[in-house]
Amino acid sequence: MRTQTLIGLAVLALCAGAQAQKSTADGIAEYRKMLEDGNPADLFEAKGEALWKQKRGPKNASLEQCDLGLGPGVVKGAFVALPRYFPDTQKVQDLETRLVSCMVMLQGFDGAEIAKTPFGRGEMANVTALATWVAAESRGMRFNLPQGNVAERESYEIGKRAFYFRGGTHDFSCASCHGESGKRIRLQDLPDLTKNPGDGIGFAAWPAYRVSNGQMWSMQLRLNDCFRQQRFPYPGFGSEVTIALATYMGVNAKGAESIAPSIKR
Amino acid sequence: MADPMRIRAQAAGDKVTVRVLMSHEMETGQRKDSAGKVIPAWFIQEVTATHNGKPVLTAEWGPSVAKNPFLQFVIKGGKAGDKVAITWVDNKGDKRTDEATVS
Repeated sequence: MRTQTLIGLAVLALCAGAQAQKSTADGIAEYRKMLEDGNPADLFEAKGEALWKQKRGPKNASLEQCDLGLGPGVVKGAFVALPRYFPDTQKVQDLETRLVSCMVMLQGFDGAEIAKTPFGRGEMANVTALATWVAAESRGMRFNLPQGNVAERESYEIGKRAFYFRGGTHDFSCASCHGESGKRIRLQDLPDLTKNPGDGIGFAAWPAYRVSNGQMWSMQLRLNDCFRQQRFPYPGFGSEVTIALATYMGVNAKGAESIAPSIKR
Repeated sequence: MADPMRIRAQAAGDKVTVRVLMSHEMETGQRKDSAGKVIPAWFIQEVTATHNGKPVLTAEWGPSVAKNPFLQFVIKGGKAGDKVAITWVDNKGDKRTDEATVS
């Protein structure tokens, strides 16, 4: 009798535990839903749109003739096909490095100077705002990165290598956390980035506004944070490895719907 | 000059739901920078909303309101085409007013 009661209690306790866990995850989903309504990414989006049209820089020109891969001035749909190879710079570029190229070519800014600027400051803050707006213009569209050029395929392969490369004081790779589905760190679900993780998850969710620190995070900054967690030195802005990783994730995310700019805890 | 607000006002029946996103640092005055110096407080102190020029909401805010604040409220008796204007004043005396048309 006594044993039975104990088992009964244990079962009850298990149920309660499962329930509490579910409601926490639900609670977070609910919290995100509430935040979506007033996503401060909207503010960066508006800023980016104004910057795109504004005549700035030493050449006093706007970015309206910037070629993001679909022809000069075409913004809609550009984000879901980046990174890609650009013949004029002879490089595979992601959205941010391409924007910097345009700022250099059209507006006469110093690209190296911008790349050195910390995130959230000066022209780098403008690059992030521009990226937010460009990404927002492709909201609801599906990722389909070109892989026709040999440089694009090479970038993918380098990205794959980097993704599986274990290192750092804690000896782990991107794949250690993002190589299988159903994993999480504390309450953060970890997307499996070796395949399409689903609509609006992983690569399809950035740039995003981080509520916890009130910052707008671009993909370059997001990757920086992965390197930080790996206890690696920060990669240079727009360096080959960051673009290769973006290519790898972007190609894997083929067919995923972009919800960027999204909102994160 | 402060960045613009995002104001969305939608009519449903005789009610207008107004959603405002303000761009502001909302520094509490409790934080320190990397050099250990206190970052001075800088936050929105007063928010007012008008509906066709008539005040419908005034609020006194403090440093506990989050960065880039979001405000939502309902105006009774509003309709599409009405003007809704929001003004904030921060503790440095900086202010910003933006207007939206109810849709």
